[in-house]
Amino acid sequence: MNDQMNYQVSSNPHIRDKITTQGIMLLVIISLIPATVFGIFNFGLNAAILVIVTVASAVLAEYIMCKVLKKDVTIGDCSAALTGLLLALNLPPAAPWWIGVLGAFFAIVVVKMLFGGLGQNFMNPALGGRCFLILSFTTIMTNFAVPDVYTGATPLAAVKANGAYNVLDMVIGRTSGTIGETSMIAIVIGACFLILFDVITIRIPATYIITLVIFVTIFGGHGFDPTYISGHLAGGGLMLGAFYMATDYVTSPITRKGQYVYGVVLGLLTGIFRVFGPSAEGVSYAIIISNLLVPLIENMTLPKAFGKGGENA
Amino acid sequence: MPKLTFVGGIHPYDGKDLSKDKPIKAVLPKGELVYPVSQHIGAPAKPIVAKGDHVITGQKIAEAGGFVSAPIYATVSGTVKSIEPRRVVTGDMVNSIIIENDGKYDEVEYPAKIESVEGLDKKEIIRRVQEAGVVGMGGAGFPTHVKLSPKEPDKIEFCIANCAECEPYLTSDYRRMLEEPEKLVLGMKAMLALFDNAKGILAVEDNKPDCIQKLSDLVKDEPRIEVYALKTKYPQGAERQIIYACTGRAINSKMLPADAGCIVDNVDTIVAIYQAVYEQKPLMHRIVTVTGDAIADPRNFIVRIGTNYGELIEEAGGFKEQPEKIVSGGPMMGFALFGTDVPTTKTASALLCFTKDEVSMMAPSACINCGRCIDACPSRLVPRRLSVYSEKFDEERFLAENGMECVECGSCSFVCPAKRQLAQVIKSMRKIQLAKARAKAAPPPKKEEAPKAEEKKEAVKTEEAKEGKEEKKDE
Repeated sequence: MNDQMNYQVSSNPHIRDKITTQGIMLLVIISLIPATVFGIFNFGLNAAILVIVTVASAVLAEYIMCKVLKKDVTIGDCSAALTGLLLALNLPPAAPWWIGVLGAFFAIVVVKMLFGGLGQNFMNPALGGRCFLILSFTTIMTNFAVPDVYTGATPLAAVKANGAYNVLDMVIGRTSGTIGETSMIAIVIGACFLILFDVITIRIPATYIITLVIFVTIFGGHGFDPTYISGHLAGGGLMLGAFYMATDYVTSPITRKGQYVYGVVLGLLTGIFRVFGPSAEGVSYAIIISNLLVPLIENMTLPKAFGKGGENA
Repeated sequence: MPKLTFVGGIHPYDGKDLSKDKPIKAVLPKGELVYPVSQHIGAPAKPIVAKGDHVITGQKIAEAGGFVSAPIYATVSGTVKSIEPRRVVTGDMVNSIIIENDGKYDEVEYPAKIESVEGLDKKEIIRRVQEAGVVGMGGAGFPTHVKLSPKEPDKIEFCIANCAECEPYLTSDYRRMLEEPEKLVLGMKAMLALFDNAKGILAVEDNKPDCIQKLSDLVKDEPRIEVYALKTKYPQGAERQIIYACTGRAINSKMLPADAGCIVDNVDTIVAIYQAVYEQKPLMHRIVTVTGDAIADPRNFIVRIGTNYGELIEEAGGFKEQPEKIVSGGPMMGFALFGTDVPTTKTASALLCFTKDEVSMMAPSACINCGRCIDACPSRLVPRRLSVYSEKFDEERFLAENGMECVECGSCSFVCPAKRQLAQVIKSMRKIQLAKARAKAAPPPKKEEAPKAEEKKEAVKTEEAKEGKEEKKDE
């Protein structure tokens, strides 16, 4: 009798889907290629340097933290690289390289690793890093002029100040702004890729954007003015924020209903900041504040179980 | 109203091509046959033979140990070698009757076969099913006569034949439907004879169009039976999901299918009902799919219960490569085996041999809160949160967020990109809670006069007890 052979024994199920955390992160990075490449062509060499330095710093920061905290090194899951890339795309193209280093270290060390690493941070690390930089180095972080390319303010500032702006340029991305936020087309192409590959759903971005449109229509002072609304949609960090930051798994609600609520909160906060605040921008702050509400939203929107009224949803 | 599907679920690689075109082949056992006295949910059967007794095929060797129990029959002729604990698929040692096969296959004489159940008393139909030792052969092993005796038979509106076979790799029901669909339909007619207000539904997943065609042709003149083509998705064959897909009714863990006016039995079980009622033959065979990438010649066998698994692997050409993992049952809900020296029981649907164990190759990492487990959960739970409560032993929240509604289908673990053991930890927590609930209830011993409804409740508890035992092994 050949009893007790060395077969693997474990509790069911015995098969697994192919998808991995690393795979998801890589898909998001791939989907950001159009926006990144456009940003580099739009703004030139310094933008390329910033992207490379920021991504490298984020990965290095995670590596160091893992070593310091005596944890397994987790840079292989590519989440640090993604955080670095998202942060870089949120930096002004003319910023000095050390801004990227500092932002990446703050994002990874303080916002992510000190709270327990991947999955435990309560705030989007890239946006945490960006807000840290805006508050600390306001002049550098709000200077969107690029020598020989763009001089003036961002188009969203023009939208707010009732100045002149060209919606077509904004959609294509031939305007000033952060490295990755200017081209609505490039971002939407990446977002479609993510939706197609089931990495994100349209729930959060759609409710976010629709809520903002309604808000600026009511409170923007221009009524239903398609040009003005388009200016809000294509201007600033809305597209990058809605499709890439607001959909960050870790810092958004896991429940479907919660995702709709979250989108509405984001839209309202962004609208308030943009219309009533002193700055033209509002997306970053709206997202990190909403991040703080996520546990509450989740607890309030738990689904009903099958057989207890939840079988249809 | 039929929905033909449910919300949630997954689409794993189905692997059915390996064996789906292989006709059912009979296997004759070579060595000794082993009959564990617990092949069903409920009280173990009581052996009525002793060491040295000569038995013949179809002879009862163990009688039911109560109402919620089932008798066991010899499937060969030979001598009772011993009655001793033997290892079963779950890893437990279970008291078993061992019979040395004399190779003659002398068989009991059965009464003449009947062609129709018309004129047969309802009680007699149920008695025949009970006497034949029929249990749920899809894996649960719940005694079928108990299922067929609901408190209010008039309120049963649907008899559902679970022909989904949603587990990957399994093709035994598929072959049965292609090769002997008449027996399935006749078995269904026997069930319908018990429930005057019921309609029969043959619920087949739409990845088996040939079966749907065949069954539809067979029942076109049967006013009470209909074939439903369900959307192919795991776990479509789970009891609650198939009831929902067929009727739009949803039951929770505190309810029985009968509460939604349904009786659900799987293909092999209904064929066993046919044999019990029309031919008065006990349950002695079942169909087992032997497959996987380590098997030289994947096949579907009709196997005498008690046959050693090792013999089935030999019949399928043996291993073409050394397997790393062997599973009894489907890959989603089956049991991983320590070794192949275990007997085929009434509930063994398949034997899967894989050259690679996907699970041990993937180390769990941190949850990224992606929500895939929520989308996959057929019970519409939040496995991510329940798994945390299980790990931290937060009973209050686990119960408050409906942890007990989990059907342990494993879909959450399957889809998790971080490869976390979601279903496994939730299952463990459920076992603990079920055990606690039982200890709290601690029912006083019941006399035989106990009304049926009481026994039914008792049965559910025993079912849970059985599951609990299995889980302890898994850990």
